[in-house]
Amino acid sequence: MGLLIALTAAPFLLGVINRTKAVFAGRKGRPLLQAYYDIAKLLRKGAVYSRSTTWVFRSGPIVGLAAVLAAFFLVPFGGTSALLAFPADLVLFAYLLGLARFFTVLAALDTASSFEGMGASREVTFSALAEPALLLALAVVARETGEISLSGMFGGLSFASWGAAPAPLTLACAAIFVVLLAENARIPVDDPETHLELTMVHEVMVLDHSGPDLAYIQYGAALKFWVLGSLLVGILLPIHAVNPWAGLAVSLAGLAALALAVGIVESFMARLRLLVVPRLLLGAAACSLVALLLAVWS
Amino acid sequence: MALLVVSGLAALLTGRAARICTLLGAGGAVAGCALALFPAVKGLFGAAVAVRYPWALPGGSFSAEIDPLSAFFLIPILGLSLVSAVYGGKYMLSYSEKKSLGGSWLFYNLLVAGMALVVVARNAVLFLVAWEVMALASFFLVTFENEKPEAREAGWIYLVATHIGTAFLLVFFLILGRGSLDFDQFNAGMNSGALFLLAVVGFGTKAGFMPFHVWLPEAHPAAPSHVSAVMSGVMIKTGIYGLLRALTFLGPPPAWWGWVLVVIGLSSGVLGVLFALAQHDLKRLLAYHSVENIGIIALGLGAGLLGISYHSPVLAILGFGGGLLHVVNHALFKGLLFLGAGAVAQATHTREIDRLGGLLKRMPWTGVTFLAGAAAISGLPPFNGFISEFLIYLGAFGAIQGRPAESILGITLIGGLALIGGLAAACFTKAFGVVFLGEPRTPEASKAQEASWWMILPMVILAAACLGIGLLGGVVLSVLSPVISQVSGIPAAVTAGHLASTSVVLQLAAGGAGCLIVLILALAWMRKALLRGRETGSAVTWDCGYVKPSVTMQYTASSFAQPLIRLFGFFLRMKKRAAIPTGIFPPKTSFETHTDDPARQEMYRPLFLWVDRAANRLKVIQHGRLNLYLLNVVLTLIALLLWEFLWAS
Repeated sequence: MGLLIALTAAPFLLGVINRTKAVFAGRKGRPLLQAYYDIAKLLRKGAVYSRSTTWVFRSGPIVGLAAVLAAFFLVPFGGTSALLAFPADLVLFAYLLGLARFFTVLAALDTASSFEGMGASREVTFSALAEPALLLALAVVARETGEISLSGMFGGLSFASWGAAPAPLTLACAAIFVVLLAENARIPVDDPETHLELTMVHEVMVLDHSGPDLAYIQYGAALKFWVLGSLLVGILLPIHAVNPWAGLAVSLAGLAALALAVGIVESFMARLRLLVVPRLLLGAAACSLVALLLAVWS
Repeated sequence: MALLVVSGLAALLTGRAARICTLLGAGGAVAGCALALFPAVKGLFGAAVAVRYPWALPGGSFSAEIDPLSAFFLIPILGLSLVSAVYGGKYMLSYSEKKSLGGSWLFYNLLVAGMALVVVARNAVLFLVAWEVMALASFFLVTFENEKPEAREAGWIYLVATHIGTAFLLVFFLILGRGSLDFDQFNAGMNSGALFLLAVVGFGTKAGFMPFHVWLPEAHPAAPSHVSAVMSGVMIKTGIYGLLRALTFLGPPPAWWGWVLVVIGLSSGVLGVLFALAQHDLKRLLAYHSVENIGIIALGLGAGLLGISYHSPVLAILGFGGGLLHVVNHALFKGLLFLGAGAVAQATHTREIDRLGGLLKRMPWTGVTFLAGAAAISGLPPFNGFISEFLIYLGAFGAIQGRPAESILGITLIGGLALIGGLAAACFTKAFGVVFLGEPRTPEASKAQEASWWMILPMVILAAACLGIGLLGGVVLSVLSPVISQVSGIPAAVTAGHLASTSVVLQLAAGGAGCLIVLILALAWMRKALLRGRETGSAVTWDCGYVKPSVTMQYTASSFAQPLIRLFGFFLRMKKRAAIPTGIFPPKTSFETHTDDPARQEMYRPLFLWVDRAANRLKVIQHGRLNLYLLNVVLTLIALLLWEFLWAS
């Protein structure tokens, strides 16, 4: 049940981010459900494919969404265990996101467009740095709880763990937050609003997709925000409610607050220069590393 | 084995008639490998086969045995050599008009026989003879295109580098074999630390540990592609085999051995993939990836050794298990990628990545199998590379729960593997994306045609094996139990118990991968259903309204890799040479980049310059006057007599 709610609620978070940005800019903003309208509209349309492309281009959105969905099944949500849990499943989680990226990048290169090649090149650069940051940050939680599966880690975490090791967990959360911004193409790493300027990273890679393919991509993006957000919320709000509905409600509220926070970051910050982004990600990896060393020597 | 040698000789004799020669040479290799696979498989399941004959050489007997460790390396050697021989049979025919193929098949079969003998030999003399047969046979294969100066240079670098390694091994075996040169009578005694370092340098040169890897990126691209596949897929693994075999002689490992391997693994892994990113030649890129994957194997083995020193059997089993499984996995996907690169090179007559493009439409089978290999080498599920890296990760996440030293190991492994994985994905999106996707960048690329079925079939078999191990990792793991217990000294019952629980984990992970495949099929079906009856158009790629896009406007591999190369510029030191456009009507402009290997430029070159100078000084006694030579002989004789006399008294 929680899974179904999660699957349907994921695009809503994008609405929250956009509304927050609109409010800060003094605009009325798009409807909160705009992402649903977009996806529904795209699913009803036909598609146009470039003559340069092959089946790799067509498989990009499918593999991308399937990998994120499979990763979604590994993430515990609302204080309950995930559908699939086993030791070191967080490695499979990270590599499934890697698979999604691999095919998105290949689909971009398949169009023979220099814009999309540029976006693809930047995407692989940033993600090569984001991956160590994410895995090391999750290793902090693994060290603190003595568990090595995502469900075990989040089940073992409580407010007492925050009391015992505030510094490592804070640093790990900071690192995951940066990874969340980078992986979801948010400011300050990327600007989701710019489609055709040379600043773009993620959005330009999907420039040539249309119809149901684009719907898959947009839904996949919403879901990716959801799964990485759930990791962060799971660490920040380690609640084990007796009532599963209460746990679900708290987690949903947490995710909405996270979307609000992302919206605030986007309103107050400008996009970083491309050459500075790697430093931000290296900083996140350094945060995770320091957190781990603190956790080991405390 | 005898069949291999005989068929090689037969191929040499019939070298003029290309077809007969190929039939004999490749057929002999296939038959020999297939026959030898039976005892190898039996050996893996514990039925050791041993032979021992007295021979006239000093130091023990002609002794060979297939135990689990030998069998575990023998199976990939024979398997990959078999499929590569099938591929090579067709591949080499294109050279048949220019030169005789007999020699190449003789050396190919000798190479296979040499590798097989290396892993079964149980006597140091036999081992070194086999080691040299392997090295020399591969040297002649590397210089097969000896009319090209770069092939000759590559051959020399390879010959020198491999013999420096052999020199270390000679010292290693001499110290170890003071009593007898048979392996079962070795006794390390007090020198085990020094012996370990000798083995790391000696075997590490063959395996391609950074910084002893200098020959790899030269020799692998120069050889014919099926030979590159065998050299990169399995020949360098004889170095790993040698190291593991050496460890079984040296007794319980102190912790610093493990750390040495972890540091070597980390530097080989990260620097190997970074140099691969900077390459423009497809086969050179793959050669640097061999350095990277040897690094991953070394990380696993280092973790295994540390698991023994820290008395953590779980870490030891997972470390050795991951490292060993990666040996097989790398043989499969690297063999596959080299065969694919060979098909591309043969179809387009270039290995320059930036001169290719759009080949997936023209070579669909080569393309799809190359894609499988690329995903596997990047460690992505549901392929086999993921399984072996997952095992090392599993050990690492267990290790961070332990004492500080183990935690540091865990952190190193997690951070290192994650970085290597991300960079490898970047490198292979570049390689596959630029070579196979988009539009062809040159007329040669647009005229490419699919390879023959004899070349496609081996690639399909290897790709299927990659997917098979990726989905059935748990089953494959149970085979590893006797090998791990042999290397680590942990009782077989304990390893089998741990591996059984790990298999369950792997099956769950494979369940996740299976779920992924089901989702892919479901989503593909859904899109098909949605688009049924609707209009699907085809048009040019969106170009912002520009009227005349051309293929040269595509993103190139060099530009694709540029941000990462710039970021890690400290290690890479890429050299740029550019003619900047000037004036209103600029003259011809050019831009080129080149990345030198620092190990070659800054370690080996000064070393050899020094050797050269030292050798020049020795010229003083090489003056060509006979009477002085005779004087030298007499002086030496007197010195020896005096020494003997004084020693005796």
